[in-house]
Amino acid sequence: MAAEVTKPFDLRAVGDDYKYGFHDKEDYSFKSGKGLTAEIVNKLSAMKNEPEWMLKFRLRALDIFLKKPMPTWGNTELLNDIDFQNIHYFVRATDRQERDWNEVPEGIKRTFDRLGIPEAERKFLAGVTAQYESEVVYHSIREDLEKQGVIFLDMDTALKEHEDIIREHFGTIIPPADNKFAALNSAVWSGGSFVWVPAGVRVEIPLQAYFRINTENMGQFERTLIIAEPGSYVHYIEGCTAPVYSSDSLHSAVVELIAKPGAHIRYTTIQNWSKNVYNLVTKRAVAHEDARVEWVDGNLGSKLTMKYPSIFLVGPRAHGEVLSIAFAGSSQHQDAGAKMVHVAPDTTSIIVSKSISKDGGRASYRGLIKVYPQATGVKSSVRCDALLLDEKSRSDTYPTMEIDESKVTIEHEATVSKVGEEQLFYLMSRGLTQAEAITMIVNGFLEPFTKELPLEYAVELNRLIALEMEGSVG
Amino acid sequence: MTEKEEILVIKDLHVRVDDKEILKGVSLTVRRGEIHALMGRNGSGKSTLSYTLMGHPRYKVTAGQIWYKGSDLTALAADERSRSGIYLAFQYPVAIPGVSVSNFLRAAVKSRRGTDVPVKEFRKELRNRMSSLNIKDDFLSRYINDGFSGGEKKRLEILQMELLAPDLAVLDETDSGLDIDALKTVASGINSMTGPDVAILLITHYQRLLNYITPDYVHVMQDGQIVMSGGSELAHQLEARGYDWVAPAPVV
Repeated sequence: MAAEVTKPFDLRAVGDDYKYGFHDKEDYSFKSGKGLTAEIVNKLSAMKNEPEWMLKFRLRALDIFLKKPMPTWGNTELLNDIDFQNIHYFVRATDRQERDWNEVPEGIKRTFDRLGIPEAERKFLAGVTAQYESEVVYHSIREDLEKQGVIFLDMDTALKEHEDIIREHFGTIIPPADNKFAALNSAVWSGGSFVWVPAGVRVEIPLQAYFRINTENMGQFERTLIIAEPGSYVHYIEGCTAPVYSSDSLHSAVVELIAKPGAHIRYTTIQNWSKNVYNLVTKRAVAHEDARVEWVDGNLGSKLTMKYPSIFLVGPRAHGEVLSIAFAGSSQHQDAGAKMVHVAPDTTSIIVSKSISKDGGRASYRGLIKVYPQATGVKSSVRCDALLLDEKSRSDTYPTMEIDESKVTIEHEATVSKVGEEQLFYLMSRGLTQAEAITMIVNGFLEPFTKELPLEYAVELNRLIALEMEGSVG
Repeated sequence: MTEKEEILVIKDLHVRVDDKEILKGVSLTVRRGEIHALMGRNGSGKSTLSYTLMGHPRYKVTAGQIWYKGSDLTALAADERSRSGIYLAFQYPVAIPGVSVSNFLRAAVKSRRGTDVPVKEFRKELRNRMSSLNIKDDFLSRYINDGFSGGEKKRLEILQMELLAPDLAVLDETDSGLDIDALKTVASGINSMTGPDVAILLITHYQRLLNYITPDYVHVMQDGQIVMSGGSELAHQLEARGYDWVAPAPVV
């Protein structure tokens, strides 16, 4: 009975005092001017004392970014609203790294406190990098991780301490020319995590990082690279919340995963950006022979999210999974999905995508299944379920299949449903208010996703959903 | 003997569902401590009455009144009715995928009692009641009615009824689709509910549930009205003679 009454229904109880609209007074040692130029990139790289090759990488990426047009798909109207001249490309919260929680500045701690982070910290106590602004301010590495030979650092430190590994892998999965936002990230990246797991090592505790945006008009461009050597296992978790600001904020991360033969990487994300944030993220993994990669991806909040975690299955019998949810409320567009690229034979993949739209919100599933010639014995299944909470909300599905091999098994299933009147009546006949009943039905709809999360995150997600449901009926 | 409180008074009730009038003037009075059986053919309006009492939004009262504990019931939404002590055991309970029985029960009990029950205490209560209803432990982690057999659904309805301890319980065809063992279990669950303050309205098509539960009154419904009322012997007469004895089947 391990899964028993797991903090079952304190959904509503939390509601009232949970406000993300607070923010700390800005106190930053460096803040770049607005707009992006080669001068800023040079300065940024110099401040970080980066090796020459990284500066060149950045400048080349900047060039690509400036030349590349905006994507002509997705929500082009919102994309074209982004004013790249009106964004700070680098903010440094404090000048030095913090290793001990006690040394973390009070204002920053307070922000984390209100987000409930210390609890999770105490419970997990894995290495934690907490990103505040563009740089990591807190970073503790548990002793047994070090003993296992696992490297878990913020990317800036990793570049100093493990330059060779970084140089070999950085930007190999997502080159700057991949898309405009990957190019932007490559030019101005700051922070993010670097994880390297030695062959055969299982990291039993999830590695966690917390991200948070805090400066008006501030861009945040983390860069994460995870390398799992043959036969190793690691679960990395990131969760985000952001305070509410009046003008738009851009978040554009790049995440690269490399699962070598027989390795297993799970990458869990829950993002709850404030509703003015553009969240344009490029996430891609390569799975070699017998490797396994899972993206568990939850998107709440933001104004526009465009995110399609991808897995290139390049070795025989590699397996990929994307399990995602998207929640689109008023004036939000979640354009999320997944890509599975079957390059090698006998590779398998599963995509489960769930979306909820309410108050005129729009959720889109955009997916690609690609199978190369000679990739025989491929099995892939895609399932998209959309739940509409009212008449004015919208759900779209844009599935693409490029299958160049006949000996494959591909399944695709999509459903769109509404909260059922009979389900609502049943729960209300047991005393639940209409809002409680809807919350319960929605949480049930999301259960296949929630059950994959560590308990703390599952509880937090249920709370966020309950908050989103407040005032949705009546 | 002092008369018990009239917990439910229905006067000349007319109900429409999607522009079709189903109830055409039902009157019924139920006192605390009484068990009433409501019998009748399929389509006579029995389930409509139960949904109306629980407050289903699609069931519109067009005329007449429903008084519950002395107040007008029709003004209350389903959840308010539940919290004030009305319970409906559904004939066809719906599945709610992803919501575990234990989470649901705890939320329901919290709503009815107005306070959170400590987990440990709640589990103990639950275990006791589940074992007397022959419900296995793994039931709790399953999703509400999702993939349940007919018998499991009905047991869950009875379990909820026991936990929510209603003042007025309406059981809609709780005996349908049950084998004899399940029927006995369910019947003993219902019997354990009875008491001087609880009123029960048993809706049933067949007489067989009444072999285990003895009603104080039996009513026969026909074409949206109660056409005959009597004591428990009426159920036996119906069993022997059929509904044609009361009234001919309506021409369809």
